[in-house]
Amino acid sequence: MKTIFEISSSGRTAVEIPEPEVPEEEIVLEQRDELNLPEVSEIDVIRHYTALSRRNFGVDNGFYPLGSCTMKYNPKINEDVSRFSGFTTMHPYSPEKLVQGNLRIMYELQEYLKEILGMDAVTLQPAAGAHGELTGVMIIKAYFESRGEKRNKMLVADSAHGTNPASVSLCGFELEEVKSTSMGELDLDDLKNKMSKDVAGLMLTNPNTLGLFDRNVVKIAEILHKNGSLLYCDGANMNANTGIAKPGDIGYDVIHVNLHKTFSTPHGCGGPGSGPVGVKKHLADFLPAPMVAKSREEYVLDYRIRKSIGRMKAFYGNFNVMVKAYAYIRAIGAEGIRAVAENAVLNANYMRVKLMKHYHLQYNRICQHEFVLSDEGMPNHVTTLDIAKRLLDYGFHPPTIYFPLIIHGAIMIEPNETESKETMDSFIDTMIGIREEAEKNPDLVKKAPLTTPVTRLDGVQAARNPKLCYPC
Amino acid sequence: MNFIPNTAEQRRDMLKDIGVSEIKDLFKDIPESIRLKTPLKLPKGMSELELRRAMSELADKNKQLVSFQGAGAYSHFIPAVVNHIISRSEFYTAYTPYQPELSQGILQAIFEYQTMICRLTGMAVANASMYDGASALAETAIICKTRTKRNELIISKTIHPEYRETVRTYANANSMKVVEVDFEEGKTDMKKLKSLINENTAGVMIQSPNFFGMVEDVKAIGNIAHEKNSVFVVCVNEATSLALLNPPGDLGADIVVGEGQSFGNAVNFGGPYLGIMAVKSDFVRQIPGRLVGETTDTEGRKGYLLTLQAREQHIRREKATSNICSNEALCALAAGVYLAATGKKLRDIAKLNYYNSHYLYNELKKHEKILFGNDFFNEFVVKINGLDECFEKAVKSGIIPGVKLERFYPELKDCLLVCATETATKKQLDKLLEVLG
Repeated sequence: MKTIFEISSSGRTAVEIPEPEVPEEEIVLEQRDELNLPEVSEIDVIRHYTALSRRNFGVDNGFYPLGSCTMKYNPKINEDVSRFSGFTTMHPYSPEKLVQGNLRIMYELQEYLKEILGMDAVTLQPAAGAHGELTGVMIIKAYFESRGEKRNKMLVADSAHGTNPASVSLCGFELEEVKSTSMGELDLDDLKNKMSKDVAGLMLTNPNTLGLFDRNVVKIAEILHKNGSLLYCDGANMNANTGIAKPGDIGYDVIHVNLHKTFSTPHGCGGPGSGPVGVKKHLADFLPAPMVAKSREEYVLDYRIRKSIGRMKAFYGNFNVMVKAYAYIRAIGAEGIRAVAENAVLNANYMRVKLMKHYHLQYNRICQHEFVLSDEGMPNHVTTLDIAKRLLDYGFHPPTIYFPLIIHGAIMIEPNETESKETMDSFIDTMIGIREEAEKNPDLVKKAPLTTPVTRLDGVQAARNPKLCYPC
Repeated sequence: MNFIPNTAEQRRDMLKDIGVSEIKDLFKDIPESIRLKTPLKLPKGMSELELRRAMSELADKNKQLVSFQGAGAYSHFIPAVVNHIISRSEFYTAYTPYQPELSQGILQAIFEYQTMICRLTGMAVANASMYDGASALAETAIICKTRTKRNELIISKTIHPEYRETVRTYANANSMKVVEVDFEEGKTDMKKLKSLINENTAGVMIQSPNFFGMVEDVKAIGNIAHEKNSVFVVCVNEATSLALLNPPGDLGADIVVGEGQSFGNAVNFGGPYLGIMAVKSDFVRQIPGRLVGETTDTEGRKGYLLTLQAREQHIRREKATSNICSNEALCALAAGVYLAATGKKLRDIAKLNYYNSHYLYNELKKHEKILFGNDFFNEFVVKINGLDECFEKAVKSGIIPGVKLERFYPELKDCLLVCATETATKKQLDKLLEVLG
């Protein structure tokens, strides 16, 4: 498909700019020579981007069982209400009394998340999950600094998301990995061996990236706390446990959640997301400012956070994403929140038992919201990548592949609660069909996809000779 | 409403297939002691009809007035095509394009966005987006440190105060020292900068147009930075200015970061916005975030994918250039559509910003104390005795006249930052003059 630059034609435009109503004052600033942007008409813009959209695939197009990403349906009402001009036109520096609606949404969202997570305070400032992690790890660092304790080490499970170790080193901590057991849980002996007065904390995803609830989590919290260390929860997998158990009750000191996963806000091809962070009382003084507070009947921005780590971004976070998450919680209520987790876990277990007869499943246990298959034992050297690519031909978005790293050729499937049994059955049948193809016609699977706008792309060439711009 | 399609009967069948008798059995790995015994204390759920009503009441609690506020969040005209395109659910309900065969749409759109940003900034490589301008600037602290193996940042006090705070947060976590350089006549004090810069200066950060709207002498500051082999970072907070002014890349910037909200994204009470980051070609291995590259498929057809991923957290883990994963892709898409639609006319839009704000400046200058010179883009600082009272009066007549500066700069008591974009009509401008007069 042509680029927007190739369809540009001199003299065309998609907008008309009104004449100035005020005098055209001479411009005293040094100006650029040319402005090399496309010249296209309005219909060109619409046809170009509409054509691009048809070469894309979202949750609305079909099943998207991307593990660890919770690609649930995004209710349309949330999109509609988030576009009310009463929300979208508000300036962040408007006097508080003029933006009471926005501040109330933020305040109540903070309160709802506190209740769901079992935490004492929640900041909405982080713009994404990884941004929340960074905030959380900075809080841990600041906490020990304020106590005059020199703890320079953070522990991370070997099954962790890549963002965990990256957040740790971005905060200047030394990283140590803790092994998983053959049951897919954190190895308590390895954890105990690694505990020392240098350990600031442990980052743990629970349910973990294998989709398993770590049965020792209460013990893990005790081991950490006995050592004076803190326990961080990567809440990316919170969809499995909302309304079932509160991370705060488990013993976590800090948690981030992803509004664009658990709370149904769309992922927008990679963002914007929103990654609120919840903390227990002893860490509340370290949160980024401002928080939204309620003073009598008025909502205000509270900048008086005593030992705040500082700001993580300008203004107050991804407000428009918060509006959607807020609307979602209001729509489903307490009963709905619990039903989300129950049905997400039910769906995942249903798919697990159906697929484990045909694909290798390393951890054969009741799972939470997701489970991990692998390509072990696939005939004719058909790999996880081949299976994923073949799924594209059948109109499915593939699961997360090659993650977690501790399972060779991982295929991580997360169906979530918004999918019906019929949709899952059709995916299961397709997976079984691909297994048969791998036996009878492996070349077909290895060449897949065959029906997409492009076939497999040459990543080596792209990295060796990077073309990151359309040439001038 | 709970958006769950499976019927009670289907759920029963599924439980039977799994081999358990009730849903509770699926949670038996969770220790009894921590399982919730009572329902969460949340409001009852509601129907779509009730929800729309409730949300509409909340939106009505905000007051939509005529606003002359800028300071990092700019109200611009957004052509209708922008919202129509970003409302296509093939885009907004998709995840990060890890499967390129199924994501050519967003990959090509981002490739085009990267190209437009390179052309606007005069840089060689732009990434697919950062969270916002402030966090983009903060992440450059790490690039400066990696490149120079030095530990100190010099940051101009004319950079947006909340951006400076964000830089300090990231720098603290990285044990970097941040030194602020003061301003003179609304611009970075170059004499002071020269006296502060030293062999340990990893990077020099400025913003232009700066927080007061003033256009800095980018080239001269760049020379000072480069004399000490420090990385020169230029932040552009009001992206519309790029259509009119010399590109920072032509003035010596090693890294250009900025806030792209002005390109087709609503003010939205501060977010989501669009962090721009663009670098010189030899910084490509240090740039954080996603990069879309062009390549070919097995049939020799052109295609796009995420490339140079060896920099990123999912491959490099603790050795990654950043921990960023989600970005602001949909905001970048909005920017791409906006820039395609406005095209070369963006310069005319930028000029309207200039004319409208300079009209206010010239008129106000007749009676009020204007703090700095007229070499600003679309916002400037005016001192009004009894500002608080005047501000309240303006609000009562339906106008928010600007952003008070005292909370950011205690030395600027009674000072107001006034911004006028292309959206202001002469009638509104004159009304502002009337209430401030």
